[in-house]
Amino acid sequence: MRAFLLGALLLGGAAAAQPMVAGDAIPGSLTGAPGDAARGRAIVLDRQRGLCLLCHAGPFPEERFQGDLAPSLAGAGARLSEGQLRLRMVDGRRLNPDTIMPAYFSTEGLRHVGRAWQDRRLLTAEEIEDVVAFLATLRD
Amino acid sequence: MGSPRPRRGRSRWLEALACAGALLLLGAGPRSGYETMTPQLRAMQDDDLSNPGMLAVAEGEALFAREGCAGCHTAEAMRGVAARYPALDRASQAPIDLSGRIAQCREKRQQRPPLPREGPAMLALTAFVAHQSRGLPLQPDPRLAEARRQGEALFRERRGQLNLSCAQCHDDNAGRRLAGSLIPEGHPNGYPLYRLEWQALGSLQRRLRNCLVGVRSEPFPPGAPDYVALEAYLVARARGLLVETPAIRP
Ligand code: HEC
Ligand code: HEC
Ligand code: HEC
Repeated sequence: MRAFLLGALLLGGAAAAQPMVAGDAIPGSLTGAPGDAARGRAIVLDRQRGLCLLCHAGPFPEERFQGDLAPSLAGAGARLSEGQLRLRMVDGRRLNPDTIMPAYFSTEGLRHVGRAWQDRRLLTAEEIEDVVAFLATLRD
Repeated sequence: MGSPRPRRGRSRWLEALACAGALLLLGAGPRSGYETMTPQLRAMQDDDLSNPGMLAVAEGEALFAREGCAGCHTAEAMRGVAARYPALDRASQAPIDLSGRIAQCREKRQQRPPLPREGPAMLALTAFVAHQSRGLPLQPDPRLAEARRQGEALFRERRGQLNLSCAQCHDDNAGRRLAGSLIPEGHPNGYPLYRLEWQALGSLQRRLRNCLVGVRSEPFPPGAPDYVALEAYLVARARGLLVETPAIRP
């Protein structure tokens, strides 16, 4: 029980740390470790977790319904560095205050959030790293 | 002395420009969700025999007689009513929507127990009354300026975990695809309507709740004045669109 609580506190503490922004990027991994691109791919395609295909299309010919509110994810890893992708995922409002892309790792400024989602980030630090690792593989 | 002449010329010019602007605006005027549906769905809406919403209208007609509405109203007198709702309720000086008015008649004028707002009987009565206005243009109630202002503020406010406003989808991205769904302009002119995803007739408030929950925001409580304020704004935004009740939507 005690170990469990401690674990929860540590996790909470790690997640609460502010990622270091440098210019238009967050150069360092949020977890201190590289992400897993295969897990990242699953998150990007998952319509409940990643939600990316609501707005984006991408090089996923097997996916039937892809959005067109945003640029295609194809080539994202060639256009942007991992650090740039990370800041885009953590809080794109830092690049464009009017962006419609949700901030996946920030609850700052959110209003009228549904009870089930209150004070919860869209993705965890590990998941952000997995998605960044996957996006970095999208080179053309 | 000579100066009024050219000025009048200028103002006529401006008037012409304003007219052209108005025409342009008309050209880009509100587009009903009907316009962007597939031909199959449009045909389904157009043919009363294949439109499942017409079953509810028929049920509403029977209820109108059976539940005593016909003691005070004729169906003919209901023509045009839905096109100018929500309206100002004189007694409370508050905006009231069509279902709210029907509930008021039932509870205050007939002293009968309330009908659940989204239940089949209230939906059918509302569909029947609104159907009497099918084909008539929406005419926003001029007395609802304050509610419209509140509704517009709600429409433009970002909300929920996804931090999106109604306007970001329905003004800025209408016509684009949110995954598989075409984003409509978000007009209220077909309600209550039959939505394929619901496999049922549903109210405008149910539709708004879907959108509120879709961005992971807390929906207003059922029957909350926020819904009526939003509707008052939506109707003004859709001014001139024709009532389609019962519409079909995907
Ligand atoms: C609600 C719509 C929406 C969702 C959901 C969304 N995005 Fe975006 N995204 C955008 C828009 C719009 C842009 C374009 C830049 C801007 O407006 O901020 C963008 C930009 C990007 C970019 C930069 C693209 C480039 O080439 O510059 C990346 C990378 C990206 N998004 C990844 C993702 C991933 C991964 C997800 C899911 C985890 C996601 N987005 C979810 C709307 C969205
Ligand atoms: C005892 C008489 C009476 C009965 C029964 C009655 N109403 Fe009414 N109804 C009224 C009156 C009076 C008004 C006008 C209220 C006002 O303008 O403030 C009204 C208004 C309405 C309006 C709005 C009309 C408008 O022009 O804005 C609708 C719609 C309506 N009733 C529907 C119904 C329905 C449906 C029923 C049956 C459930 C019903 N009424 C039963 C007396 C009645
Ligand atoms: C993320 C984008 C998005 C947001 C934000 C959003 N909606 Fe929608 N809305 C949709 C989509 C997509 C549909 C159509 C669904 C379908 O066809 O399956 C829709 C449908 C509607 C309709 C039905 C239109 C018709 O023709 O029947 C109305 C009305 C509406 N929305 C109003 C609103 C309001 C009011 C808000 C803000 C509280 C809102 N929406 C927020 C995407 C959105």
